[in-house]
Formats: sequence, structure tokens, C-alpha cells
Amino acid sequence: MNAAWETVIGLEIHAQLATKSKIFSGAATAYGAAPNTQACSVDLGLPGVLPVLNREAVRMAVKFGLAIDAAIGPYSVFARKNYFYPDLPKGYQISQFELPIVGPGHVDIEVDGVKKRIGVTRAHLEEDAGKSLHEDFHGLTGIDLNRAGTPLLEIVSEPDMRSADEAVAYMRKVHELVRYLEICDGNMQEGSFRCDANVSVRPRGQAEFGTRAEIKNINSFKFVEKAINYEIERQIEVIESGGKVVQETRLYDSMKDETRSMRGKEEANDYRYFPDPDLLPVVIEEAFKEEVKAMLPELPDAKKQRFKTHYGQDDETAATLTASRQLADYYEALVKASGGEAKLACNWVTGDLLGALNKAGLDISRSPVDYERLGGLLKRIADNTLSGKIAKRVFEALWQSPDTADAIIEREGLKQITDSGAIEAIIDKIIADNAGQVEQYRSGKDKVFGFFVGQVMKATQGQASPGEVNKLLKAKLKG
Amino acid sequence: MHNCTIAELASSLRTGEFSSVELTQAYLKRIEQHQALNSLITVTADQALMQAQAADDMRAAGQAGLLTGIPVIHKDIFCTKGVKTSCGSKMLDNFIAPYNATVIEKFHAAGAVTLGKSNMDEFAMGSSNETSYYGPVQNPWHTAAVPGGSSGGSAAAVAARLCAAATGTDTGGSIRQPAALCGITGLKPTYGRVSRYGMIAYASSLDQGGPMTRSAEDAAIMLQTMAGFDDKDSTSVEQPVPDYLAELNKPLDGLKIGLPEEFFGTGLNSDIAQALDAAIDQFQKLGAQVKSVSMPHLQYAIPAYYVIAPAECSANLSRFDGVRFGYRCENPADLTDLYTRSRGEAFGKEVKRRILIGTYALSAGYYDAYYLKAQKVRRLITEDFKAALTEVDVLMGPVSPSTAFGQGEKTGDPIQMYLSDIYTIAVNLAGLPALSIPAGFVDGKPVGLQIIGDYFAEGRLLSSAHQYQQVTDWHLQTPEGFD
Amino acid sequence: MSLTADTVKKIAHLARLGIDTRDIDDYTQDLSGILDLMTQMNALDTDAVTPMAHPMDQVQRLRADTVTESDQRRVFQAIAPQVEAGLYLVPKVIE
Repeated sequence: MNAAWETVIGLEIHAQLATKSKIFSGAATAYGAAPNTQACSVDLGLPGVLPVLNREAVRMAVKFGLAIDAAIGPYSVFARKNYFYPDLPKGYQISQFELPIVGPGHVDIEVDGVKKRIGVTRAHLEEDAGKSLHEDFHGLTGIDLNRAGTPLLEIVSEPDMRSADEAVAYMRKVHELVRYLEICDGNMQEGSFRCDANVSVRPRGQAEFGTRAEIKNINSFKFVEKAINYEIERQIEVIESGGKVVQETRLYDSMKDETRSMRGKEEANDYRYFPDPDLLPVVIEEAFKEEVKAMLPELPDAKKQRFKTHYGQDDETAATLTASRQLADYYEALVKASGGEAKLACNWVTGDLLGALNKAGLDISRSPVDYERLGGLLKRIADNTLSGKIAKRVFEALWQSPDTADAIIEREGLKQITDSGAIEAIIDKIIADNAGQVEQYRSGKDKVFGFFVGQVMKATQGQASPGEVNKLLKAKLKG
Repeated sequence: MHNCTIAELASSLRTGEFSSVELTQAYLKRIEQHQALNSLITVTADQALMQAQAADDMRAAGQAGLLTGIPVIHKDIFCTKGVKTSCGSKMLDNFIAPYNATVIEKFHAAGAVTLGKSNMDEFAMGSSNETSYYGPVQNPWHTAAVPGGSSGGSAAAVAARLCAAATGTDTGGSIRQPAALCGITGLKPTYGRVSRYGMIAYASSLDQGGPMTRSAEDAAIMLQTMAGFDDKDSTSVEQPVPDYLAELNKPLDGLKIGLPEEFFGTGLNSDIAQALDAAIDQFQKLGAQVKSVSMPHLQYAIPAYYVIAPAECSANLSRFDGVRFGYRCENPADLTDLYTRSRGEAFGKEVKRRILIGTYALSAGYYDAYYLKAQKVRRLITEDFKAALTEVDVLMGPVSPSTAFGQGEKTGDPIQMYLSDIYTIAVNLAGLPALSIPAGFVDGKPVGLQIIGDYFAEGRLLSSAHQYQQVTDWHLQTPEGFD
Repeated sequence: MSLTADTVKKIAHLARLGIDTRDIDDYTQDLSGILDLMTQMNALDTDAVTPMAHPMDQVQRLRADTVTESDQRRVFQAIAPQVEAGLYLVPKVIE
């Protein structure tokens, strides 16, 4: 990056709230329905119909506010934001302007080991718009209003970020948080979590902000990074070649990896916000707040800290295991199911399990191996029934079938042979059959020891306890 | 039978003197005879007769209430499932509502019969019914005069005995003023008393539906059905509905009437003032006490209203964009053209005027000077009313500065038209209930008396009016040619 | 307070309201007159007054989060100007 310039970034994150019904109507919010089958009279803005606020949306917004240590309400107002667009059925969006439900709060991020606090200016409730489908309908555009009225929490940050990396770290942190709180499914491909980035540059050391451009509707962490970096370069280039950055809305084109001006929204908007007379002020009572507070889960930072002190994990491991609430919950349930094998559980989750899930493209919530069955496997490793190698085979079987580890071990006869009598007999036979190698070993060729281990393992199909094999072989080969 | 009140009709239906089907047929015939009034946009004859038959069956099954089988007309602002709901506009000339307004549902549940949908000022914006896409309505008392507005069709239909009663809506006087100009009883309830769901919005914080009837007793019967909490309307108030009929006979003895000085100033026609004096004398004879009160901010009601109502309407009417329902222009060149021409071609001049004013008042740089200022003035006006109503039980005054004016008389001058709302709009800003009752005639045209009460004091207003109507017969007068 | 014809055109565009050019002057005059009426409010000192958005000091009621609406697309689109494949059609949207 150019050392003469400093970047200033603020993000507006839109998180769709995971309610069953819309923010102001009783229509379903489920993703993927046939066009306009989940748009009721209120969502369509038909004449005479009226909005009524969804309690759950309010509760979720309060939950978020409490989690970022923000001021809540107590008195917030819905306003109409007026503009004409075909995906906006009423010609205004019901949003919040002067009095948002969540006031100033903060989110802590860490980039390359450096901690930073990012201010959250506000978070407000609003309704999502529908979608314009640009496939060609004889030169016309199709409008699907299923998404119209889906509750959104718009989380507005302070212009506190100074690089694309910080912006991505902040966005990831908020993403993790909303999923921990179970207020948003975080599905970025479906648009449940997306952001607008306000980007400007200024000569390093200058106090005033430069003119910003707003990059609209970015729906992946990778694109946020790329879009911001592109935009920084673009703005520096514009200024350095004697031009001026224009305040405008831009769109990130991921195919071309560039941002471009949105001509359709070029015109300066005058949104004419005013309090929506169809809705009354929302008052958040102390009791409501307390009720939500009581239901607040352990938050990511606190959980990570606890994993470090309680399970003795290093920073990276704790971060991996607490990356999502589901994974952390799985881990802790696994520790319990395995009879307290915290270290073993940690190795298996971060190793084999996440590896397999990753390969299969699955989320922990959809893991074919639940913590009960994996716990059963860990128990058998801990009590020496299984060798590490055989355990991996059992894990694969767990992945494929619904059986328990014990049932698989029993069925496939995978129990480790720890009976020294049985192993001795096998060793005796191998020594007798391989006189030449015995000679070599005894004449000082230590390397041949490995050959004998291999032979024993082959004869026992890997089920002999390696410790026992080593001990017995050494004794016998001595002669 | 068309000259009877609801109370009388209900009694005849009960005794079997005639059936609801016969009554409905009689009204439908009158509607046909008096088409020249232009008081209805849509006549729903077939549905009405089916509803009447159902009402007669209900009665036979012993399930009849006071409104069962009573033929009424609804202002064409209430969405009525399967029926054109035009709101007096070209914009909705093709709009067949896919659902019922809560008010309509309530009438259906009561077994009432809907004869049709009444004419009105376009989107309820007007004081003379002359802004309707469907043409002006005649005042039955004087066919060259306006019936008032915006519920002019309902008022004219009740006055001409084309129905037993009608519904209206009142944003700045749209029930009371046409009631006064047509010599009927009209009640605007407390804001939040009657559900606004399915009632096409003009100015959401001011709109309120109410009854337009021949007598206070009928208004009580209608309100009993219309009022009540509705969980589909966030501004609907969760407050039990009292028994309005039981309250009607409450004596006037000791009733404290306040006369706002500002209501009886120079702007009032002296003949009307005289008629009102006589009416107030009558109240005193019945045991009421009269006292003068002052509400210094009343004079600012018109400017405040003409900021707030247009501001709300400018957003409320944005949904009429030619995309999902209603009028769409031919061959739009692009999106902006679709919006601009659909709205430009389908909205009338007064609607456009108010959208423009409201858009301007909310636009960047003007919000504080107009909209915020108006909201503050609204508070001051409301405080005036509250203070006055701690001293007295009800306030009385004129409804309109003049009697019914001639068609076309004020259409060229919107401000003159707005000023005719001077006595009614302050009540909407405060959200109070008020009614208009016939209180005499000037030059053969009816004069209305306005009675304003405290929040949810509809019962008090109706009983005061009822007691007055027990000793006067202004409300029983029928316009010539309509008896 | 006097408006110019240009301001009226600008507002009309903001409101997406087609106005006959012949009527612009009428609207300009009407609107100016109405704005004059509004300026009467300036006689009042309202610095200490809280704005009033609703007739009554009530608070918003909250609805339970349940799905109460079912698919009525066929009914709603029967009254639509132009639909295809379940979509409302409009002139091309340019982004």
C-alpha cells in the first residue's frame, strides 16, 4: 500500500434477522420460495394495509445491542425513508433515523496480533427490499418481493478502520457475533449478511477525512477485501493524477475485480425521512432488557478466554474451537462424552473432524459424526482398546454408518491385542522364520528392528499394541 | 320505510313488518331513481340482495342484532373484497380489493347489508366532493350546491334517504362538514377508536372512520359495531367499547359546555351564529351550563394541518406507482417514465397539489421549518384542548363557516377551500372525538352544530346530541323531493 | 414565501409526479400561497415544545413472531398491470 496515504473505512453491515415472519407482517421469511409467494398484502404495499412490529425482531436487536455493550433505546422511532424503486413496494422503506433502537457500542478486533476497538455508531431495525431479476423478460425487469419486509439490523460502524484487513476482521467479528447470538444465520451467499463499505483516503497526517465512495452490497469477506483494496488504489490514482474523488455509490464487480459507479442511483437522493405515522414509538422497558440479558449466551471473546484457561489451549486452538458457537458447544459436549478427555478431544476436533467436514463441505451442525459417537471412540483410545491408526479407521466407519464406535470395533474385530501371550507367540514364529534378519540384528544392525515391528503388525493386522510389541521384540531379539 | 331511522327499521324487521330483502329492494330502487345525485360510485345490488337474504335467515335463526339486515353504504375508501374500491381516483378505477377493511368485516359480522360504495373527494382530499374522478355530488337540499367533503357521497345518500346510514372518514372534517352541509348526524371518533386497517390512508395520524346517520341514536348503533381494538392496526387503542346505547339517556343536567371564543369570531356567518346560539340555548334549557373558554393556538390549526396532512399523504400515496396494482400508463419508455406518467395521468390536481406541498415540506433544508414546526404547533393546539376540557365536559361551536356553497364556487382557489376546514381540523390534530348535528337552516340549507369531547367520550357526545334531538326536529327534516 | 417554477419541477420529479407544463405556473402560484399560509406558524415561539407525531402518547404494540399469511400470489397478481412467471414486470432497471 502507498505509504503517503491513509485509508479510512466505515462499514454498514446488513444482517437479516432470523425471525420466522417478516418485520411488519405475518408472511414467512424462508429463503428460496417461488417468486412472490411469500409477499403478503403488507409486503406488497397494497392500499389500506398497515404494519405491526414483530416482537422477535425487537428482541434480537436488543440482544445485539447488549452484546456490543451499547446503549439500548429506551425510546426509538420508525421513520419512512422515501424513494422510488421497483423493489420498494410502498415507495418508502420503514427504517429508523433519528432514534435507533441500539445506540453507540463497540466491537474488538485483532489483526496480526494487534488489538483494536472499533466503534459501532448505531444499529437500527428496518425492512429489507425485494429483488430485481435482470434476466431478460422481453427487455423488462422482473420483480420478486418475497424478500421485501424481511427484518434487517443495520449495524453502522464508526470510520475507525484503516485497512481492508481491519475491515474484514471487523466484519468477521460481527458475523461471528450475530451467529453466536442466533439472531442471523450469517449465510452470505443468500444475502443474509452483507455490507456497504464507505472508503476514503487522505494524506497521512491530515485530520480531515477525504471524500468517500460507498461500495454497495458486498456479500463475501473476500470481496470486501478486494473491493476496498481496489477502491483505495483507484482513489489514490485519481488524486495523484490531479483529479478529485466524487462522493458516489459504487458497485463491486467480482468478475472484473473492480468497482464502478452505479448510474441508476447517481442522482442525489433526498430521502425525506419523517416518523412513520402508522407505527408508534417503541419503548424498551428495563424488564424486557433484563429478560434478554438473562438469555444472552457466553460471547466469543469470553468463551475463547475460558477455553485457554480451563482447557489449557493456546490462542490459535482456542480461536479455532470458538469460531462458532456450534463448534464450541460440540467440543465441550465431546469432552463430556469422552469422560473428560479435553486434550484428545481438541486434537480430534481440530484434526480429523474439521478436516473431514471441510473436505465434505459441511458445517459442524451437519456433521455425520455426533459428539456422542465420537466421544465413544475417544474413550476407546484413552483406555488403549484402539491404537491411533485403528482409531482413524473407526472414525471413517463412524462417518459412513450410524453405529457406535464400540459396535464397529466389535463387528470388525478391531480391538488392540494387548495380550502379551498372543503377541509372544507371533514374535516367536517370526523370529523362527527369519533367521537371517535375526542374525543381522544381533550383529548390530539396529535398523532391522523396524522390519520385525512391521512383520508383527502385518501378522496382527495392525491390532497389536505398539508399546507391547516393542517391549517384547526387544527382549526376544536379545536372545 | 326509507324515512325511518336504524332504530325504527330494526324494530320493523323484528316484528316482521317487512323483510330485509324488501327493505333492500326499496333502497336500491331509490338509488336508481336518484342517480342524478351521483352519490355512489358503485352499486352492489346483487351482493346486497344476497346479504339481505342471509340477514333474513339470520333473523329467522334468532341471531339478529340491531344492524342485521340494515342497508348501509360505505365510503369508497374502505377496501371491500371483490368490489371496486376506487378512493374516488382514476388511479384505482380498476382496483378490485382482495381483502376487506376491518370496518367492512365488522358490518358483515353484524349482518348489515352493503348497498354500494359512495362517492368521495379523490383520496379524501377535498371539502366539496368536487375532486372526485367520478364527478361532483349534488347536495339533496340544493342540487346546485356541494354536499361537502370528502365524505360527500355518504352524506348526500343519507340525506336523500338512499340508505339507512353510511360510513365516512374524517381527516380534517370529512365526516362532520358534509354532515353539516347535508343536515345529518356525523361522528368522528377518537383517533384509534375505529380500526384504520383496509381504509386507504390519506394522513395516517389524522384519519379516522365514523358513522354518518340520521340521528345520534343511529350513530350510537353504528359506532357500537365499528369501534374496537384491531391487532392489524398499530394505532388502534386497546380500550373496551362502552355500551353507547345505554348511555344515550343520560340527562343533560349539569353538563358543562365550553364555547371557544375563537370559534365565534368574525369569520363566522352571522345567520349561522344565530342558529348556533339558539341551539346552545336549547341545551341550557335542558339543564346544561355554558361557559366561555379560550384556545389561543386554534388559529394555527390550518397551517399546521396543511403541513402534516400533505407530508403524510406524500409518502402514503407513493405506493400508487403502476407496478403492482392500479393505473399504469401506456408504453412507458423507462422506469422514471412509468412512475411519472402513471402518477401524473391518474392523480387529479388537488391530490398532486398536496403531494407537492408534502414533498416540499419534508425535503432537505425545509423539514425543521415546516414539518417539525407543525408538529410542535400540533402539541400546543392539543394542550389548548386538554386545558379547556378540564374546565368543561364538551365544547360547542360551528362545523363550517358557511352553509353548502355552490358547485365550482371555490374550486379555483385552493386556499379558500382549505379555510372552510377552520372549525374542524384542530380536532383531528388533537385526536379528539367530535360530532356534527343538524341545528337549523339558513336560506333552506342545513346548519351543523359541532360538539367536541374528551378522548373516548363518544358516549357523552352521543347522549348530548340524543337529548337535544329528543326536543328538536332539525334532524328529521327531509330535503324536498326526497321524502 | 415564493416558489419558482424550477423548484416545483424539482419537487415534482422527487415525487415522480408528471405535471403538464401548462399547469406549472398554476401549481407554482398555488403552492406559494399555501406556503404563505404556513409561515403564519412562525409567529409562535416553539423552542421549548416537544414535537407531536401522534394524537396520543401511546407506545408500539408488538406482534408475536408467527407466520399467519399464506400464498395469495394468484389473487394479488390478478390485479397487477403486468406479470410473468410470478414476477411483476417493469421497464428495465439499470444499476
